[in-house]
Amino acid sequence: MPNFTEKHPYPGKLFIVEGIDGSGKSTQVQLLRKWLEAEGYSVFFTEWNSSALVKDTTKMGKKKKSLTPTTFSLLHATDFADRFFYYILPPLKAGQIVLADRYAFTAFARDVCRGVHPKWVRKLYNFAARPDISFYFKVPIQTAIERILRARAKIKYYEAGMDLGLSHDIVDSFRLFQGSVLKEYDQLTDEYGLSVVDATLDINEQQEAVRATVTKALEGYSIKRRTYGRKKNVFWRRFAVPSAR
Amino acid sequence: MAAKKTYFGDGLPYRPLGNLKGKLIAIEGTDGVGRTTQIDLLREWIELQGYAVLETGWTRSNLMSRAIEAAKMGNMLDRMTFSLLYATDFADRLENEIIPALEAGFVVLADRYIYTAFARDWMRGKDRQWIEDVFGFAVVPDLICYLRIDIENLVPRVIESGGMNYWESGLDLHLGEDLFESFKKYQEGMIHAFDDMAERFSFEVIDARRPVDEIQKDLRVKIAPLLEKKKVENAPIPLKAEGSAS
Repeated sequence: MPNFTEKHPYPGKLFIVEGIDGSGKSTQVQLLRKWLEAEGYSVFFTEWNSSALVKDTTKMGKKKKSLTPTTFSLLHATDFADRFFYYILPPLKAGQIVLADRYAFTAFARDVCRGVHPKWVRKLYNFAARPDISFYFKVPIQTAIERILRARAKIKYYEAGMDLGLSHDIVDSFRLFQGSVLKEYDQLTDEYGLSVVDATLDINEQQEAVRATVTKALEGYSIKRRTYGRKKNVFWRRFAVPSAR
Repeated sequence: MAAKKTYFGDGLPYRPLGNLKGKLIAIEGTDGVGRTTQIDLLREWIELQGYAVLETGWTRSNLMSRAIEAAKMGNMLDRMTFSLLYATDFADRLENEIIPALEAGFVVLADRYIYTAFARDWMRGKDRQWIEDVFGFAVVPDLICYLRIDIENLVPRVIESGGMNYWESGLDLHLGEDLFESFKKYQEGMIHAFDDMAERFSFEVIDARRPVDEIQKDLRVKIAPLLEKKKVENAPIPLKAEGSAS
């Protein structure tokens, strides 16, 4: 079993991105994915809170607002475990590249701000593999708010930590809650050696920095090209496709 | 006997336990040992003394029961994912039912507790530390009664009471060549796991090979001091049905 406190022993590579909502990390990880695929790597991508198993439950709990800090944290851990053992560990063991939009650090930062024990949440995720590189997209709170409001004009309830009763105003609550999340990320940067990216820079500048770091991490890593099992048209790729007439 | 409640591990920092008036009593034991029968009788007896009782089981929370059923149906989960589902379910009940009931002075009867989760997880993996860490937010019970049975006595009981199911037989583990062998090996392992915990977690071990009323009597002797009314332990035991393993 992997162990979060040490380097994972698998032949694959695990790169993850972290940051508060509005830091632009999802954009960056998609650009990274595109580039890696174009370079001929086999890339697997997974994102936070997306497994079918607990998605409905999380949604229901959020809707009824009946989640406590601990059930909130455990639901995300369950979702993560489900994805980890199905989508992250197998490709890692098979020597492929896995990209994750948010990882255990999201739980370490957010759940602790919600009030769970920092030691407990770290032990909870101890089954996870430690990433090869963890990018942290660092952004001032005001920039994040502006980006979110520009993109979808609305901040979500839990994203703003409204369940904590910090403020009745959602933007205010976001500022307070995500402000404390930022502090936790700073702490995690020291604790786990996250690679900090200045998320106020232009998108392409950030991406350049990310690609440079990844290139370095891939030195000596052999490309596993996809030759088999790529949908049904793989067979025809080797022969001329007979035309209809 | 007003021992202060403590958390099993790291606990819930946002919910200090303070002075919970109620009593938390966990009844542990393998499948088919007769926990439910005993809990029904205990409830009667405790309520007659004027204490309000909250019964709580394993997998009964509103939040999670559907997800757990769905997961069992699919039979495709990793052990840790499964353990986390149960932990989430338990956390929901703990914070929304058990702790509030203890605050209000209820006697909480838990039909299985975290030790069942430990035993099941250990059956499916080697590292014991992780699962105990995960349940670090649990409240340590005032009393843990372990209904102990051996496999020779358990098997006929379970067959008489309607057979063995997939999970109780640990079929996901492929322990034996058929349902019966698998059930036997799995339950033997569970009994072993409980025995192993008995000393570490100070279980009160109760010999469950005996008739229902004898087991009940023992349980009452153990529980009476918590209720601070010692004389009532001799009240008659209303037996519903005779004949389970005498």
